[in-house]
Amino acid sequence: MLEQRSSLERITRFLFEEAALLDSWRLDEWYQLWDGDGSYEVPSTDVPDGHAPDILMLIDDDMTRLRARIDRLNSRAAHREFPWSKTRHLVTNVIVEDAPEGSGWQHDVTANFAVYRVRDGVDVFFGVFTYRLRESPDGALRIAAKRAELDARDLYAQRTLSIIL
Amino acid sequence: MKNVLSLIDDDREAGVFRVNRRLMTSEAIFDLETERVFSTCWLYVGHDSELPRPGSFLRRTVGGRPLLLVRGTDNAVRAFFNTCPHRGATICREDAGTSRAFRCFYHAWTFDTSGRLVAVPDEVGYGPNFDRGTHGLTTPAQVDDYRGLYFVCYDSRTQPLADYLGAATEYLDLILDQAPTSMQVIRGTHKYGTKANWKLLVENSLDGYHGSSLHETYFDFVRGTGGGRNTAALGRGFVLDLGNGHTVKEAPAGWARPIAYWEPVYGVDAKSEIEQVRADLVARHGEERAARMADHFRNLLIFPNLVINDVGSLTFRQIEPKAADYFETVAFAVGPQDESPAQRGRRLDSFLTFLGPAGFASPDDVEALESCQRGFAAREVEWSDVSRGMSRTPGSHDELQMRTFWRAYIALLAGEPIPEPVHEIESRGTL
Repeated sequence: MLEQRSSLERITRFLFEEAALLDSWRLDEWYQLWDGDGSYEVPSTDVPDGHAPDILMLIDDDMTRLRARIDRLNSRAAHREFPWSKTRHLVTNVIVEDAPEGSGWQHDVTANFAVYRVRDGVDVFFGVFTYRLRESPDGALRIAAKRAELDARDLYAQRTLSIIL
Repeated sequence: MKNVLSLIDDDREAGVFRVNRRLMTSEAIFDLETERVFSTCWLYVGHDSELPRPGSFLRRTVGGRPLLLVRGTDNAVRAFFNTCPHRGATICREDAGTSRAFRCFYHAWTFDTSGRLVAVPDEVGYGPNFDRGTHGLTTPAQVDDYRGLYFVCYDSRTQPLADYLGAATEYLDLILDQAPTSMQVIRGTHKYGTKANWKLLVENSLDGYHGSSLHETYFDFVRGTGGGRNTAALGRGFVLDLGNGHTVKEAPAGWARPIAYWEPVYGVDAKSEIEQVRADLVARHGEERAARMADHFRNLLIFPNLVINDVGSLTFRQIEPKAADYFETVAFAVGPQDESPAQRGRRLDSFLTFLGPAGFASPDDVEALESCQRGFAAREVEWSDVSRGMSRTPGSHDELQMRTFWRAYIALLAGEPIPEPVHEIESRGTL
């Protein structure tokens, strides 16, 4: 129980630190949390349990595209995010499970999220994160996969998803 | 509304074409276009592949009307207004699915897949003259399809769909013939709003001029993956007025296409498969037509609100006006029915890196359109300029395609017939 709780606390703290990096737009540091074979996914809102290439996703980044997404957001020419919006990531209801033996990562994590974005009004994104987290040799946690399933059935109100969830 | 024609300044002698910004800001114009454009034109509803089996249905909003598109148990596709003839409740409250009947949840009147009223609780209460046959679901005045693309028209006087599409079918064919069997709408839909007038997205979808300025970060990404060796060629295409407001822009592909133009972004492994796709295209359509299919981007407007972009990926973009300053976009990825998972993956990667609410380009289009709409609040600045290319044979970075849209739009708004298509250089004034 004690070991379980410390694992939960450690991973929850990791998620909070990740959220803080995103909210302070320290995207290059955020990228350092990832392992080289990672994937960042957001399915289309009408098929929230879908996967590429069965469905068209909203975001289906490998590390090359994730790097490009960050470079774009860091530039002054990502017009939807220049100047940067103000965001606030709330991460709650964290559940940590041991990943199956031999899966290549150690922790399967789910967490509820709400992300607020402010620029010309308030946009709200909420849903469930699923993470695959890996214990790296240096003793730190790394993200092997992050997936955000939105509860919204469309993005009519939010209009775009120009930030990183 | 008097003088709507004066809201477009089409001065061919001077080589000037200007659009009055009230066309984007006035709620009176919005009401008028709902009546004169969206109530008289053919409007896209959905694709045959979205109704895979008898009983399949789709719920869509088209020209403001709640619609149901249903494949009946007799396999025929029908469109119905999604409103109970009894008291008005929407009888279908799911976006898609399969059903043998539609039961209104309010008073449980029940309709079969051909729209007939088949059950009324305590029917005897309506008396001996009650005729179920006159209480079925209502269908729009006209419903038809072109090669699996279903359209409705709310006006029985409008010409048949095939005549309405006219010369645009050549370009629809160039797109649909890319599939060895048939095209399929791929599951997963991008639905997003924009706080701007819908006509700005029509312009933007056809606008080659903004690419290198607004989408610099996308071009950087493409070049970063070893692609985009051909981006300069994007300006070496043509635009055409196809009649009835339909218009197309076609240009050599600026970057990779799953059909069938390889660039390093696809990976070396993909090269042989894409060469095969191309060889199949040549076998089916001959060298010349296959090259056009494979090596060209095209952006097609089916007037008034269906955009088909056949670029790094293939998308059907349905534009639904909601108010003078707000519209919604429903965007579908489309691809050949039987393509391999690897090809499908490349197609979808191409789609979402550029397009959609989280792509590397479309969010900046939304930003631009919303920025224009905010700019229109400076009502002292009355006109937007759409003159580019009037005094030369218009290229793909010119604006004949927008003028084609506007000329058809303003004619309908004024209650006049759409003018004959423009095939000549518009302004000889300076020559």
